[in-house]
Amino acid sequence: MSDTVFYILSACLSLAVLLGIHWMSRVETAVRGNRLSAAAMLCAILVTFIKYDLLSVADIWIGLAIGSLISLALARYTRMIAMPQLVGLLNGLGGFASAGAALLTLGYKMDLGLFERFTALLGMAVGAFTFTGSLIAVGKLHRLISQKPVFLPRHRALLAGSLCLMALLIVLGLLLPGMAYAWLLALISLAFGLLFALPVGGADMPITISLLNSTSGVAAAITGMALGDVLLVSVGGIVGASGLLLTQIMCRAMNRRLSAILLSRSAAKVSAPVPETAPDAPAASAASKEEADVLPDVPVRAAQPEDLPGWLGEAREVIIIPGYGMAVSQAQEQVKALHDALEKGGRRVRFAIHPVAGRMPGHMNVLLAEVDIPYDKLFEMDDINPDMASTDLVFVIGANDVVNPAANTAEGTPIYGLPVLEAARAKKLVICNFDSKPGYAGVDNPLYQPSPDVLLMFGDAKESLSKILALIG
Amino acid sequence: MSRETILILVFIAATLIGYKLINSVPSLLHTPLMSGMNALSGVTVLGCMAAMGFALSPASRVLGIISIVCATVNVVAGFSVTDRMLNMFRGSKKEDEEP
Repeated sequence: MSDTVFYILSACLSLAVLLGIHWMSRVETAVRGNRLSAAAMLCAILVTFIKYDLLSVADIWIGLAIGSLISLALARYTRMIAMPQLVGLLNGLGGFASAGAALLTLGYKMDLGLFERFTALLGMAVGAFTFTGSLIAVGKLHRLISQKPVFLPRHRALLAGSLCLMALLIVLGLLLPGMAYAWLLALISLAFGLLFALPVGGADMPITISLLNSTSGVAAAITGMALGDVLLVSVGGIVGASGLLLTQIMCRAMNRRLSAILLSRSAAKVSAPVPETAPDAPAASAASKEEADVLPDVPVRAAQPEDLPGWLGEAREVIIIPGYGMAVSQAQEQVKALHDALEKGGRRVRFAIHPVAGRMPGHMNVLLAEVDIPYDKLFEMDDINPDMASTDLVFVIGANDVVNPAANTAEGTPIYGLPVLEAARAKKLVICNFDSKPGYAGVDNPLYQPSPDVLLMFGDAKESLSKILALIG
Repeated sequence: MSRETILILVFIAATLIGYKLINSVPSLLHTPLMSGMNALSGVTVLGCMAAMGFALSPASRVLGIISIVCATVNVVAGFSVTDRMLNMFRGSKKEDEEP
């Protein structure tokens, strides 16, 4: 195959991938888009077979066959709750493969120029730390290792040191012949991945997964430069961009700065303000002020479960806010039952999805789709917040920080400025949470103050929902 | 134009176009988008295959095969799980329309 033909084919396949992504932007066409991308990838594999004259290389066929078998099992039996782990694992495998290809290029390809050597070394480094970083992320998400941030002694110095060492080794590997520096670089990069992912707490995982998704694409693109493979470069670039964009979206939605997470400032920053705000006077008083206007000085009667049927009788507009607590207790089926029961009474039921509900971008939507909740009932925060005040009844299920009104008032706390779902503005509120402790951010939620309009149900979300369903009958 | 320049330009162009396209995907579909993108990052399987063309020593063959297995899992599992997920969205739509 001549270079010209290869370039033309690469351009066509890249365009097919881009069209596939474009189709991914609407539910109606998304399946087609994904299949188009998959078909483009299959064609790309065929093109590569022919271009490099590899059809007779048995090793490749063996690798492809084993990989496909493993994949089918993985894809078929993974539950939606485990999607973040799966994506993390696949990122890691992609990173490993890029590092492997780069290493082989470096070791065996003839007549490597300076550019090829540099990109091969860089691609290997990025691939290697994507691999170990992803493994740590998977371990944390799958609870194989502690979700808490882990710090080694002098963690940040180690992190900075290994990064400098990687840069130095790339320069050395570039200038001096032999593979010793490349292997050393691989080792240090693997270690860097560990150092990079260990301090990230469980709640920051959506950001880490997005970022590693980006680096796995970048690793492929850079390795593609070393091999002079246009297709690898373009597709890798697209993936890198998408991961980066999702990372930004997540950071904005979580009110975190990427640099703070990467430089392992998370734990230090979060724990510092908590003791100061423990009395939490500003936050608590801010919200109870609203209540105080209505009921001055009288001891407030908190709403009881018996009030619920009465509330329901009057309710026309209902919004359900599911959070990670719902996913943890696997209460999706109960949520679906609640949705059905509410709708049967002729009420309009909608779901409000906070951007960080779940453990990866858009995770909550998938969990709800899995139990057949129509996707046109799922609303993004900005679209549904204006309707909160006119909503009769809001159910909060396993969400805390993302509905905490203190985010607007409690200056100096980690959640100050966090965009939240304004559940507090609804007429009546049912909150099913595990306990009344502050959420991940460590800021008290004023919604837990006793109020005749807020029904609190503590405990496992599944059990609370069963109780509610029994009450509704 | 040298090959290096072409490759770098392709990278920049792909990144910009990808960024623009992905910006228009609603958050409803972010998880399938991400797993689809993730599958695409397995494009590195092409690199592994190309490398197998010149990696002939036993050790390098082993590394090559492992890399291909990893990349293939990345691609195939990524695309099929995305397909499964997207069908759930479509399925819920159908049920909504039938009654």
